[in-house]
Amino acid sequence: MAPVRVVVVWCPDWPAVAGAAAEGLVAQTLVAVVAANRVVACSAAARAQGVRRGQRRREAQGRCPELVVLADDPERDARVFEPVVAAVETLAPGVEVVHPGLVAVPARGPTQYFGSEPTVAERIVDVVAAQAGVECQVGIADGLFAATLAAHRGLLVPPDSSAGFLAMLSIAELHQPAVTGVGRTAADRAALVNLLHRLGLRTLGAFAALPVDDVASRFGLDGVRAHRLARGLDERPLARRDPPVDLTVTRRFDPSLERVDAAAFASREPAGQLHTALASRGLACVRLGISACTEAGEELHRVWRCAGPLTASGIADRVRWQLDGWLTSRGSHPSAGITLLQLIPEEVIGGQALQRGLWGESGEDDERAGRALVRVQGMLGPEAVLIGVLGGGRGPTDRVRLVPWGDDPIPAHDADPPWPGRLPAPSPPRVPARTLPAEVFDDAGRAVKVSGRGRLTGVPYRIAVDGNPPRRVLTWAGPWPLEERWWEPGGGRRCARLQAVLDAEPAGRAAEPLAVLLACETGRWWVEGIYE
Amino acid sequence: MVSAGVASVLQRVPVVPASTLGKRLDAPGGRPPFPVVEPLAPLLPGGGLRRGSVIAVHGSMALLLALLSAATAQGAWAAVIGVGDLGIVAAAEAGVVVQRLALVPRPGSDPAPVAAALLDGVGLVALAGADRMSPGARRSLAARAWQRGSVLLPLGRWPGAEVALDCRAETWYGAEAGYGRLRSREVVVHAMGRGAAARLRTARLLLPGPGGPVAEVLADLAPSSRAVS
Repeated sequence: MAPVRVVVVWCPDWPAVAGAAAEGLVAQTLVAVVAANRVVACSAAARAQGVRRGQRRREAQGRCPELVVLADDPERDARVFEPVVAAVETLAPGVEVVHPGLVAVPARGPTQYFGSEPTVAERIVDVVAAQAGVECQVGIADGLFAATLAAHRGLLVPPDSSAGFLAMLSIAELHQPAVTGVGRTAADRAALVNLLHRLGLRTLGAFAALPVDDVASRFGLDGVRAHRLARGLDERPLARRDPPVDLTVTRRFDPSLERVDAAAFASREPAGQLHTALASRGLACVRLGISACTEAGEELHRVWRCAGPLTASGIADRVRWQLDGWLTSRGSHPSAGITLLQLIPEEVIGGQALQRGLWGESGEDDERAGRALVRVQGMLGPEAVLIGVLGGGRGPTDRVRLVPWGDDPIPAHDADPPWPGRLPAPSPPRVPARTLPAEVFDDAGRAVKVSGRGRLTGVPYRIAVDGNPPRRVLTWAGPWPLEERWWEPGGGRRCARLQAVLDAEPAGRAAEPLAVLLACETGRWWVEGIYE
Repeated sequence: MVSAGVASVLQRVPVVPASTLGKRLDAPGGRPPFPVVEPLAPLLPGGGLRRGSVIAVHGSMALLLALLSAATAQGAWAAVIGVGDLGIVAAAEAGVVVQRLALVPRPGSDPAPVAAALLDGVGLVALAGADRMSPGARRSLAARAWQRGSVLLPLGRWPGAEVALDCRAETWYGAEAGYGRLRSREVVVHAMGRGAAARLRTARLLLPGPGGPVAEVLADLAPSSRAVS
């Protein structure tokens, strides 16, 4: 968005002019305004005598013995400036005092009224001189910064050429103590200008030509603001962030909750309140934290993830189930009643994202099943109910990722890329969760391994699984060597798989043949799957 | 005139023989049983998993997956309690819709409350570790299943089950001394129960069949010795 066109009325050396006016001195007097022993402003006559901004008082007096030294007084400056503002206001509405000595007006109204921008500038200079008795300069340009610099030069910059106007100017113009004020920001800006100068960026144009990303990464937020100014844009905060509102709902119970039915009753009202608070902000909760304190000082906390945004009854149900779980669960149940309940919306989404039906359809069966699963999550914890998500991979375990019910069903690996070496169907119906070691022997009782070339060192004759006595091998297939991620340094994996059918043992416990999927990695066999 | 009107009404209303009515009324709500895949249907009274019943599955995880496949494919939900090593890939290959298969691998020391909660909303609930439950807990679970119209599938023995399926592995096909790979397995499934299932039924099946799902034994694949021990 292009900045609006602005008329800036600037009274040069305003502190000195205001000080002289307040003291009843004539305008041509040699005047300097001093703050903290340094000259902050001086009259044109004093400047002609060699007084400069930033000099010590003693030095300024040394250059110009007749100098009238006045103390800095911003209130006086503002008070004396008031007639100037009033004079400008007679010509144009919407006057903004940037600081005493500088006023800005939107240019559109007065330009249309008086016909052209030069006329506006002339009229303002005349009226200010007549009504307030003060000299001023007028600048018109796009944006406050360009207009201020134009006013310092008494220029009217044509529309859409502010960037070109600024490009010619010195980088030092970025530091406007009157605009940025004094203090930390002004010091930062002065340091930035100094740095840019030393980097060889002598004009605003050279600075503006830098890519904004680079400016941001090298000079930070103030650099970006300065960069926007140099490009002829408005200085404004780049991102606004409202402080997050605390939506946590807290309830205290006196007497404490000890029975489930009381908890069920008590959970309804705070749940409704939380839902209303969220809904009034256009939000819905997808992760709900429930925490409780007991009379004995125990703190209980659990987070509920939800597939869909929670409704008021959904929140109430979860709170009830959770309290039920805490109050009735065996083993871990608290030693005293619940005195404090907090509902914390841990994750919220915009209300527009409300959608029902996680799996594409949301029938009655799905809703009933979802409620039952959530109920079990309340008894055992959210990680107790899992849904398998199929993805890509080679082994029977690689292809599956178990996600807690309610989480996004995102597979561990993409199913689409080719997965050479993947085991074809049928896959083993049992995939041991813990590592079951196995040993493979040939007919002479020697251990069989897989060679570096992916061949067995002997014919499998007996196989022992998980420390049990070895069983005869009826038939076997493989080995199928597999190298995964061999291109990653240290991340590669070499293994070989073998299928074997173990004979029944009429004498022992195993009365029927057993088929297993074995994997050999770094010389050790383990059971990857059992075909049961 | 009147008889013609009655005849036209009768043509529009499907007329059901009274003998089939019993089948429909013996389940809560009169709803049809959960379907099973074709090769398993002869083993079960009514040709499916009757709602509200307890059907024990012994000896094979693949048999359980085969039982769940057709029902989940038609929108029913299934849950498996207490099985920490279920092969999801095998389930998908058997035809189970894994998005509707919930797993509760660690139900705690007593799985009965979890099973009861799941029977409320999930149509098919498989439960491992039922052997260690007390008779009272079993009776209350069976009553819960009946009340909710869900099917409880205990893995293992369950006295008083409507049907007890016992799977015995026989022969694996496809692998030959290092060549080929395991492709299918011939099993014998015995079904024994009470009521309509009191008569012993036996089926010889390929479980898993080629590619994963259960299949009938084809004559040319059958081994020469077909003696059932």
